[in-house]
Amino acid sequence: MTLVSTHALTAFYGDFQALFGVDFELDEGEIAAVIGANGAGKSTFLRSIAGANSADAGAVRLAGAPVGGLGAPRMARLGVSLVPEGRRLFPSLSVEENLQVGRSTGRVGPWTLERVYRLFPRLEERRAAPALQLSGGEQQMAAIGRALMGNPRLLLCDELSLGLAPVVIKSIYETIPQLAREGVTLVIVEQDIGIALGVAQRVTCLQHGRVSLSGAPAGLTREQISAAYFGH
Amino acid sequence: MLAEWTNTIVQGVLLGGLYGMFAMGLSLIWGVMRLVNIAHGDFILLGAYVALVFGETAGLHPLAALPLVVAAMALLGFLLQRGVLNRTLGKGLLPPLLVTFGLSVVVQNLLLQAFSADSQALRAEGLTTASLQLGESLAVGWFPLGVFASALLMGLGLQFLFARTAFGRKLRATSDDHETVQLLGVDEKRMYALAMALAFALMAVAGVLLGMRTSFAPTDGPANLLFAFEAVVIGGLGSFWGTFAGGVILGVAQAVGFRLDPGWGLLVGHFVFLAVLLFKPEGLFPRTR
Repeated sequence: MTLVSTHALTAFYGDFQALFGVDFELDEGEIAAVIGANGAGKSTFLRSIAGANSADAGAVRLAGAPVGGLGAPRMARLGVSLVPEGRRLFPSLSVEENLQVGRSTGRVGPWTLERVYRLFPRLEERRAAPALQLSGGEQQMAAIGRALMGNPRLLLCDELSLGLAPVVIKSIYETIPQLAREGVTLVIVEQDIGIALGVAQRVTCLQHGRVSLSGAPAGLTREQISAAYFGH
Repeated sequence: MLAEWTNTIVQGVLLGGLYGMFAMGLSLIWGVMRLVNIAHGDFILLGAYVALVFGETAGLHPLAALPLVVAAMALLGFLLQRGVLNRTLGKGLLPPLLVTFGLSVVVQNLLLQAFSADSQALRAEGLTTASLQLGESLAVGWFPLGVFASALLMGLGLQFLFARTAFGRKLRATSDDHETVQLLGVDEKRMYALAMALAFALMAVAGVLLGMRTSFAPTDGPANLLFAFEAVVIGGLGSFWGTFAGGVILGVAQAVGFRLDPGWGLLVGHFVFLAVLLFKPEGLFPRTR
C-alpha cells in the first residue's frame, strides 16, 4: 500500500522556488533515500511532506488522503514526524524532557521512553543531562528518539550524518533497518550517497528541484547516479 | 528608631509581594513568546473593576468573586491572544509593543467611560484592617501578609508547573524553538493562547488584591505596569523566584524612600531600578543555564 506520495509538488524556499513538480511514491514499511547536491531541494522536499512548508492540498497524499499544507502540528498528529537538520534539541530541557515533548502528537503506539532507551542505551545514561551537553552523535539519537516518541507512521530524517564521525554515523544508521522492521516507513535525506544507498530500497535523486533519477539502488549504475547527481 | 526601621522594611517586603505578583504575568509572557505587554497594568486594573461589578450587582465579597474574575480574565486573555496578539508575533519586537500600547489606551478609555474617573475601592469589611501584633511596636496587617503568602504560592506554583508538568515542558520547549515544537505536534499558537490565559489569571488575582488594598482609578494602569516591569528587570528574566525577589526589593526600596521623605518613595524605587539596569543589566538573579 502506498503510504505517502507527492504529485507535481512545487515548493518555495523563501522567494526562491526550490521544487518544480516532484512526483514521489513510497510504500508502507519501506525506506527511501533522497539524494542530491547542496541546494537540490532535499530539505524543502521533506519539510513540504511534514507540513512545515506550504503545498497544494493534493500535492501531498498520506494513505491516499490529500494533506498538503495542513501545517506541521496536524501532520505530526497524523503520524508524519521530521527529524530536522541540525537536530534542533531544546537547550533548556534535559534529554528525557526532550523525549517527552515528542509525545505531544497524542498518538498511541509502541514507542515509549523505555523503548527509546532500549534502542539508544546511551540516552538512558544521560537522561538527566541538559540536551546540549550531549555529544553530536548522542544529540542525533535524542532527536530521532524524540520523533519516535510521537509514534509516527512516517519518519523523515534530514541529514542524520551531518557533522558526525564515520563510526558514529555507522552506529546510527544501523538502527534505521530496525525501525523499518517495527513498521515505521522512512525517508532519508543524505549527502553521503554510500550511506543512503546502503539502507534504502528505493532512491530518488533531486537536481535543481526536479527528480533526475529514481529506482531501486541495485538497478542503478554508478554512472547513472553520478549523472543524476551532478547533471552532466 | 530601630523598631521604626524594622517596621518600614517589613511593610516594604509585604508590599513587594504584590509587585512580584504584578510582575509574574509579565515575566511569563516574555519568557514564553517574547512579547512585552504594554497593557499589562491596565488588564490588572480591569481585574479589579470586574470584581467591583460582581460586588455591586451580586453583592459578592471580593474574595468570593475572585474565582469568577480569574475565570473571566483567563478567557479574555485566551481570546485576546487567539484573535489579536498571535497575529503580531514573529515580525519583530515592535508590532506587539504597538498593538498592546493601543490596547492600553482602549482599556483605559473603556474604564473611564464605564466607571468615570472617580476612585473606587473593593470593600472587604474588617479583613483589610485586622492586624497581627508582633512585639511592642511592630504590627503586621493580616491582609498584606496574606497577599505576600499568595505571591509566594504563586511563584511556587509556577515553578512547579514549568519544571514538572507536561504543559510546562511544552511551554519551555516552545520558548526554546517554536518551529521544532510544531514538528512534534505542538500547536504553537494554542500554547501562546494558553500561556496568556494563565498570565491573565495571575493578573486577575493581583488586580483583586490591589483593589482591596488601595483605591483605584482607570488611569492607574501604567503605574502598575511600571512596577511590574521594574520588578522583572531587578530580578532578572528567567526565573519566577528572581521576579518575586525583584518585587520584594522594589517594595523595600519604596518603603525606605517613603520613610525618608513622603515624596521620595517611588523615586527611590526608580533609582534602585536604574542602578540595577546600569550595573547589572541582566538582573540580580538571572537564569543560570
